Amino acid sequence: MTSLLAILFDGAIYASWLFLVAAGLTIIYGVMRVLNMAHGSFYAIGAYSAASLVGWYFSGNVGNPYLSYLLLIGCAVVAGSLIGVIIERGLLRFLQGKDEILMVIVTYALLLILEDVTKLVWGVDPYFAYQPYRLLGQTAVGVGLRFATYDLALIVVTAAIGLAAWFALNRTNRGRLLRAVIHDREIAVAMGVNVNVLFTVTFAIGAVLGALAGALTAPAISVTPGIGVEVIVLAFAVVVVGGLGSIGGAAIGAVLVGLTRSVAVHMAPEMELFVIYGVMFLVLAIRPQGLFGPVLARRI
Amino acid sequence: MNITNRLKSTEVTVSALAALLAAGAFLMPAWLSFLLTLALAKALVVLGVVLQMRAGLVSFGQALFYCIGGYGVGLGAQSLGIADAFALLALGTAAAVLLALICGFLLTRYREIFFAMLTLALSMILYGVLVKSSALGSTDGFNVAPPSFLGWVPEGDARKQAVYLLTVVIAAAAVIGFNRYLKSGLGRVMEAIRENEIRVDYLGLSPRRLLFANYVFAAAISALGGGLTAIASGHIDPDMAFWATSGEFVFIAILGGTGHVAAPFIGAIVFSVIRTFAIQEAPHTWQMALGLVLIALILFLPKGLWSLVSRKHTKAGNTPAAKEATA
Amino acid sequence: MSTILETRGLTRTFGAVVAAKDLNVRIDHGEIVGVIGSNGAGKTTFINMVTGYLPPSGGDILFDSRSVLGLAPREITRRGMARSFQVAQLFPQLTVIENALISLVAAEGPWPSFLRPLDTPERRAHAEAILEDFGVTPYRDAVTSTVPQGARKLVDIAMALVSNPRMLLLDEPTSGVSVEEKCPLMDTVMAVVRKHGVTVLFVEHDMEIVARYVTRIMAFYSGEIIADGSPRSVLGDAKVQELVIGHHFDLDLLGEPA
Ligand SMILES: Nc1ncnc2c1ncn2[C@@H]1O[C@H](COP(=O)(O)OP(=O)(O)OP(=O)(O)O)[C@@H](O)[C@H]1O
Ligand SMILES: [Mg+2]
Repeated sequence: MTSLLAILFDGAIYASWLFLVAAGLTIIYGVMRVLNMAHGSFYAIGAYSAASLVGWYFSGNVGNPYLSYLLLIGCAVVAGSLIGVIIERGLLRFLQGKDEILMVIVTYALLLILEDVTKLVWGVDPYFAYQPYRLLGQTAVGVGLRFATYDLALIVVTAAIGLAAWFALNRTNRGRLLRAVIHDREIAVAMGVNVNVLFTVTFAIGAVLGALAGALTAPAISVTPGIGVEVIVLAFAVVVVGGLGSIGGAAIGAVLVGLTRSVAVHMAPEMELFVIYGVMFLVLAIRPQGLFGPVLARRI
Repeated sequence: MNITNRLKSTEVTVSALAALLAAGAFLMPAWLSFLLTLALAKALVVLGVVLQMRAGLVSFGQALFYCIGGYGVGLGAQSLGIADAFALLALGTAAAVLLALICGFLLTRYREIFFAMLTLALSMILYGVLVKSSALGSTDGFNVAPPSFLGWVPEGDARKQAVYLLTVVIAAAAVIGFNRYLKSGLGRVMEAIRENEIRVDYLGLSPRRLLFANYVFAAAISALGGGLTAIASGHIDPDMAFWATSGEFVFIAILGGTGHVAAPFIGAIVFSVIRTFAIQEAPHTWQMALGLVLIALILFLPKGLWSLVSRKHTKAGNTPAAKEATA
Repeated sequence: MSTILETRGLTRTFGAVVAAKDLNVRIDHGEIVGVIGSNGAGKTTFINMVTGYLPPSGGDILFDSRSVLGLAPREITRRGMARSFQVAQLFPQLTVIENALISLVAAEGPWPSFLRPLDTPERRAHAEAILEDFGVTPYRDAVTSTVPQGARKLVDIAMALVSNPRMLLLDEPTSGVSVEEKCPLMDTVMAVVRKHGVTVLFVEHDMEIVARYVTRIMAFYSGEIIADGSPRSVLGDAKVQELVIGHHFDLDLLGEPA
């Protein structure tokens, strides 16, 4: 019973983390048809800037430690939107409409570049920003089962972000416009949507989400070079399972992958990585377009 | 010059180059022949990527077969007690072919990013398994004992020279064999599949079946490259299957270009030489340089380094041959 | 005369759209049949189903009295039915002659020709003869995507004919071709077709062009065949004039079929 609860909570924590990472990726793909490998770098940059800022904040004698949460979010928003706009305006703009697979390669190049940029800016030594994590202490869940409150809060925060995204897409005019673009870009263009602005904004939002995922994860881990590279393939697995470009799909994909991994970690730890990609492979084998992706056929 | 003569002249050139490289074994410094061994082995792996790119598919998981080839050699030596290099390479390659026969059945249904992502997932599954297998040394991998060559057990310098010579011979054979393949009906139909699958279907052929065959060939040659790498470096670890390794293969494929069977070899040698120096001189900006070069290639030299070589051909007035080469 | 192609109750829907509704068609060996119908009438859908690209929602398709239902385009091609496309389906980055060479090697069957070089002197000679037949020799070494529309359409048809089909379905062979080029293009195609005694089904929007080449016309309207018969009877039909042609059609414009 306890272990079932543990599996469920671990799964939920992991799933919310996965969703955070994957949401930005899937939004960018949905609107721009760019499967952005550099998303891993956005995550890493978010984590590094958060860790260094929070570290700096706590190294002085500061007032309210709870302000550090605002710092986490604030620096993710600033770093993410900055880098998102620079990359979209500086590079992707000139490659609009190119083959999807070519864009994968281009963003792979971006990933390589940004990996070294983070090393140049932050060095290769690990950063720690555990204070926001410790601050909340632990919460007992059931008998003999305790979780870091920060992790549990992450579930809530992620759910809030997911709901906000859902609301923005389904209940606001701009969101509906965005969905129209996701659904059929040509019609949207014909309707007079300014694609250039839309792409910049979308890419920035996606980058902010990626950075936010990194920033919110930073307090729970040691931030070291290479975290971006590890994360990107996981995020791929999630969005591919859910169906590329679908936010709801990313959520389902995150839950599926998160729970499966959690089961594996508790029952057969050596299978951890295997099951994640196993799920991805299985889903694609049965439904090539992912659980929620549309079926596309070519008309002749 | 008709096609048969053209093939022959390429084959003569390749044999001459290979003989030159082989003769160099006794002249060049050990570090250089080691570098060339690894570069040629890598080129074989990249050739697998190039074969698929010519058919319109980008594999972001070719490291799967590279790793299988390497582990086939390592396990064959360690667990089965096989000592002969040829037998070990054959074992690794056979294992990869077997795996490709299974995976290819599924993968040939997919195109574009789906193919890329699925190949990536497959290689990451292997990575995940290897990282957690303590019997295989987990993340550290394990060492591969120096093999014998048809009963001959070289010692000291001769050992490295033997591996180098073996690699040169295999690479030359691969260039000749795959050059024939790329110019054959089957090889050219792969390009047709890249261009328009529907038309290929309406010509009475099954794109899926052909892609399947191509995928298996690619797996075999990549595994051979992995096996040679394992023998040359004397070590294997799960990173051989990591997706960033596949990324490097894709990089080299784009660097060299897909216009000719020799392109991945040019790409791999240039890559290895530059990396050797770059890692010493600028270890923290090496990846950045790679990324910048990759973007520059895509923007300004989409057909890779090979297009520079073939352009020179044209200037020399050798138009039909150059056309054939770039086609 | 014996039937080469027959459809029985052939139906296809796309959601609420009925693109083909209970089509019962019978075409005899050696016939040259024209198909007319406004945009969206279901002409391409009919060809797509008959050649195995699109699975019908219902009905059966018999080619040489054998059902070809569920077969892939390649299998139907191998049985002797070929088609051309409304938008030419070529290998755009290869040269025109390479397009022809690849069609030839495909028609020869995979083994052992797949293992030999594609561009052998014999095959090249054959390919050049085909290009000559279709009058596209000037574009022989041009990259296919760069040649004019009319030539692309001809290459498309040439590629369909390489397999020596007994029946050929032409989907708007003259679409996108300038008015002056239409007749020469069709003359070229029909000359080759007649030489080999191929049965033809030919979709065309220009009534004068249709009437010039065919012995029979089927008029499609909204997924149904509303008229089927000699060019004069179909083009003179009031319903066809109202629904398909959109105006009165002067039968005097028709000469005798060429
Ligand atoms: N793949 C498809 N998905 C959805 N609807 C389709 C598809 N193919 C055809 N249709 C619909 O079926 C109907 C018939 O289309 P079809 O292409 O057969 O017409 P057509 O007679 O060839 O017209 P045109 O002269 O424009 O080529 C149209 O309403 C079209 O929108
Ligand atoms: Mg049509």
